[in-house]
Amino acid sequence: MVPTQTESQPAAAASLEEADRRDLDWWIDKLVEGLVFIGGISAIVFITAIFVFITKEGVGFLGSRFDFSEFFFSQAWRPTSESKPTYGALALIAGTASVTGFAVLMAVPFSLGAAIYIAEFAPPKQREILKVLVELLAAIPSVVWGFIGLSMMNPLIIELFDVPIGLTVLNAGVILGLMAAPIMTTIAEDALKAVPDSYREGAEALGATRWQTIFRVTLPAARNGLVAAVLLGVGRGFGETMAVLMASGHSINVPDSVFDSVRALTATIAAELGETAVGSEHYQALFTLGILLFVVTFFINLTADLVVRGIRKS
Amino acid sequence: MFEATARDHRNQRVQTSIRLGFLSMTLLLAAPVLIVLGALVYKGMPIISLDFLLGDPTHGMTQGGIFPALVGTVCIVVVALIASVPAGVAAAVYLSEYAPENWLTRAINLGILNLAGVPSIVHALFGVGAFVLFFGFGTSILAASLTLAVMTLPVVIVATKESLQAVPMAFREACWNMGATRWQTIRTVVLPNAVSGILTGVILEVSRTAGETAPIMFTGAAFFLPFLPQSVYDQTMAMSLHLFVISTQVPDVPEALPYGVALVLIGIVLVMNSISIAFRIWLRNRKKW
Repeated sequence: MVPTQTESQPAAAASLEEADRRDLDWWIDKLVEGLVFIGGISAIVFITAIFVFITKEGVGFLGSRFDFSEFFFSQAWRPTSESKPTYGALALIAGTASVTGFAVLMAVPFSLGAAIYIAEFAPPKQREILKVLVELLAAIPSVVWGFIGLSMMNPLIIELFDVPIGLTVLNAGVILGLMAAPIMTTIAEDALKAVPDSYREGAEALGATRWQTIFRVTLPAARNGLVAAVLLGVGRGFGETMAVLMASGHSINVPDSVFDSVRALTATIAAELGETAVGSEHYQALFTLGILLFVVTFFINLTADLVVRGIRKS
Repeated sequence: MFEATARDHRNQRVQTSIRLGFLSMTLLLAAPVLIVLGALVYKGMPIISLDFLLGDPTHGMTQGGIFPALVGTVCIVVVALIASVPAGVAAAVYLSEYAPENWLTRAINLGILNLAGVPSIVHALFGVGAFVLFFGFGTSILAASLTLAVMTLPVVIVATKESLQAVPMAFREACWNMGATRWQTIRTVVLPNAVSGILTGVILEVSRTAGETAPIMFTGAAFFLPFLPQSVYDQTMAMSLHLFVISTQVPDVPEALPYGVALVLIGIVLVMNSISIAFRIWLRNRKKW
């Protein structure tokens, strides 16, 4: 942060002359300070507003219809049933967890490997190019990823593994892994970059090879940043909507293998919200799923932030 | 005395193979971008023509062009920018030039991190609850754009803050010493020196906004609406949702059509991104201080 302007001198001068120096420029300055302050707190206002508004829409369900054991332990998500609608989110939670878990398992080694290469090995020109490629990977919109899952990965998986359907945990997991990889790579690389060069020089002066330096010195020193990178990657995968909706098969199912179709929490909201009447039980139930998503991502981000803060302190 | 021993040679080989191992991991991560782009260009290019870009979708969206979706996406992006750039720049100015090191600043930073991390579908729910229903904008370009503006606010804030902080402290001090107020300093010295960095962030935001689908699905984008929007209170088609619709909801779509739409969409996004990246590299090389 920028250190504050010294205020003692002007103040002393003012008392000396006993003059009111609050001219137009002074008032404009105060006005602008107020305006940018409003801009500054807008992030807090919006994040609070998001919570308030989704809770406002979902609270009816939480108050009257919500049943803890049904919601978390039943697989029966039948919100449109005529006789008795049920809202068991277990299969949706399992769907999200399996796809995200698979994606993170796929993406973590590659992302960390790429981060290590870019931060520790690559010569400057190469680093620039690789970073641009990673950035472009992050730029591909999620609906395009979903389309790729649908039109390219689907036939490929059917062909390769000889399975009847290719819209599965595997498909969505690979896609999601590719989507989560850039954020993990970028943040992990930043964490490695933040390790002071004197650490590396010290290790190499003691005769350690490059790899020994990375494995024994740099990686442990960057540990917190790497954990934060993985956490933010998990958050990214967890909240992804369109790609999962299109690539996971969207069938309510607790998966036994990566070749099962599943349905994610996010995808359920995206697929069903358009068909519900505002204020209906189903509509409120979807907002309740939204509250769940919000709370979980909030804690993932909070944890990542605390972990990063941990390195700054030490 | 300094001749390499067999052990040194072995060490050298091990080092090289480790290096190559990491390089191949990096390339495996980067390769999909090129594969995806290649496939989209190969399969989508044949359908792209002036008629495709400037025509209306016909025959239940199985033929014709994408003009209404293209115009819709441009409208949504423009309105979103109008809403988010002033707020984002103000927030960045506050954080970079005014904010003291205290709990409120930490809370703001955490808010920004969370705003960027909340799932896009939750932003959509917020848009429905706040802009469509509570503020009564209905499903409209305005509601969709505001939803996207909130969602992409962190992009502008982070990029702007970085470029403001890159302006050397001495510039500000020199200006203060001339008797300028804080705002005069920001307006005449800090912002002009940071404007290109801010622009980089804005371009990046355009590319994010143009590609998003979930947040606009229920707030303003229509499945099929072959008219151009007349005001911000109208619904509109959008490229991203159009790709979703024709690849999942509409039967008998010829294979090339969604590839064409995906190619145009990714073209917009990547061109914007590349401009932003090139701009940033150019800026860094040109830096005078």
